[in-house]
Amino acid sequence: MIDRPALLRTVATLAAAALLAGCAATPMRADDPFEPVNRASFKVHEVVDGNFVRPIAQAYVDYTPKPIRQAIGNVFGNIDDVFSVINDFLQGKLDKAGNDMGRVMLNSGFGIGGLIDIASEAGIPKGNEDFGQTLGVWGFPQGPYLFIPLFGPTTVRDGTGSLVRFYLGPIGYLRDVPVRNVLYGLGALDARASVLGTQTLAEQAALDPYAFIRRAYLQRREYLLYDGHPPRNNDDSGAAPMKDDSAMPPPDKDGK
Amino acid sequence: MTMTTNVHGVAAIRGRLAPWLCALALAGLALPASAQESPDAMVKRVSQEVIQIIKSDPRVQAGDQARIREVIETKLLPYFDFERMTALATGRWWRGATADQKKRLTDEFRTLLVRTYSGALNQYRDQTIDYKPLRADPGATDVTVRTDVVRSGQNPVQIDYAMEKTASGWKAYDVIVGGVSLVTNYRDEFNSQIQQGGIDGLIKALVAKNAGGASK
Repeated sequence: MIDRPALLRTVATLAAAALLAGCAATPMRADDPFEPVNRASFKVHEVVDGNFVRPIAQAYVDYTPKPIRQAIGNVFGNIDDVFSVINDFLQGKLDKAGNDMGRVMLNSGFGIGGLIDIASEAGIPKGNEDFGQTLGVWGFPQGPYLFIPLFGPTTVRDGTGSLVRFYLGPIGYLRDVPVRNVLYGLGALDARASVLGTQTLAEQAALDPYAFIRRAYLQRREYLLYDGHPPRNNDDSGAAPMKDDSAMPPPDKDGK
Repeated sequence: MTMTTNVHGVAAIRGRLAPWLCALALAGLALPASAQESPDAMVKRVSQEVIQIIKSDPRVQAGDQARIREVIETKLLPYFDFERMTALATGRWWRGATADQKKRLTDEFRTLLVRTYSGALNQYRDQTIDYKPLRADPGATDVTVRTDVVRSGQNPVQIDYAMEKTASGWKAYDVIVGGVSLVTNYRDEFNSQIQQGGIDGLIKALVAKNAGGASK
């Protein structure tokens, strides 16, 4: 098994460091109180990712035939769909649960263990439910935004969901350590390669990539939490659709 | 990152925000429409026109950036209200800006958006658009046109256009891709730039970004 206690310790240490640093600095935003730490993490991430991970992901995209990459992505997607079913039930969305279960059965059977995403071809949309959303539906607050090197943007709520997901596996239950590690690596590669274009876009579009990614991530999660119908937003947290306050008098220097 | 590698990278997109790129293919809004044209009909007509060009124009197919920008300028931009977009992204600071600042800010923001998205326009050709029925009163002047972009073997991406009726017809003032609002996404950045250097500081930052933008 992977050294989970060690992983937990690392996470706990990071969280503690984030808390301390967050307290030391003036809180800037309600949704990102640890912004200074997060920005430092973002810089670390950019260096490590830019020099090692991103080139590997780019090589994977450039030198692996698309059908193979697609099949690999589909297998991991099929596993995600299993967790969508679980989370559909946890959120009481029985219609979606049936839908996602149908996807898993179709793809695991006719799609040869998930290699082919027949369900999408047949027009059965992917559920996209996860533990982070379930916690949200259960009423847990989003918590502070976090940027974790090599993992990317998350929140306390979503990160908790990701840890639950990681513990449940299924890859962690494989006894064959080399196979398990290869699968972990492949999963990470697949996930990283899938956001290459997004990253390029953010770099081109953003004045401040950190703020751009933060806002996009939080908007996207809000959208998923509400299954595509986020409430109309009247505070300043920025989730779509936005309030038009351009006719209001300018704020004071502190932005309030 | 050079533009060449960028094009390769974009070809592999399948990520959370990748659908932003689809927005362009669809956001094409062309030729002055008759005042009677409904907003959803307009989105449909113009997006079909742009998709047609993407599919058939050899220079677009070859990735000719100048031609792609020309298509965007002529077919798409007339149907966007950039001043409204800029005002929304600027928020409450907008009213404190002078007319000249507003104009320069709008121009630079427009340039940034065109530069950013023109590189992506020719990447999406194997997609179909599912136009949702418009749910709005006949007399409404502010509507959201909903579409789903369906890509082979992938989940549909919901793309919404926030549109407003103006004296010169319907204009889009925001594009929301998979729940991510284009305009909202700029809000934090605009706000922090303005707090640091005022409206002029933001304009300066945009000018600098536009000067180096495409090659980064």
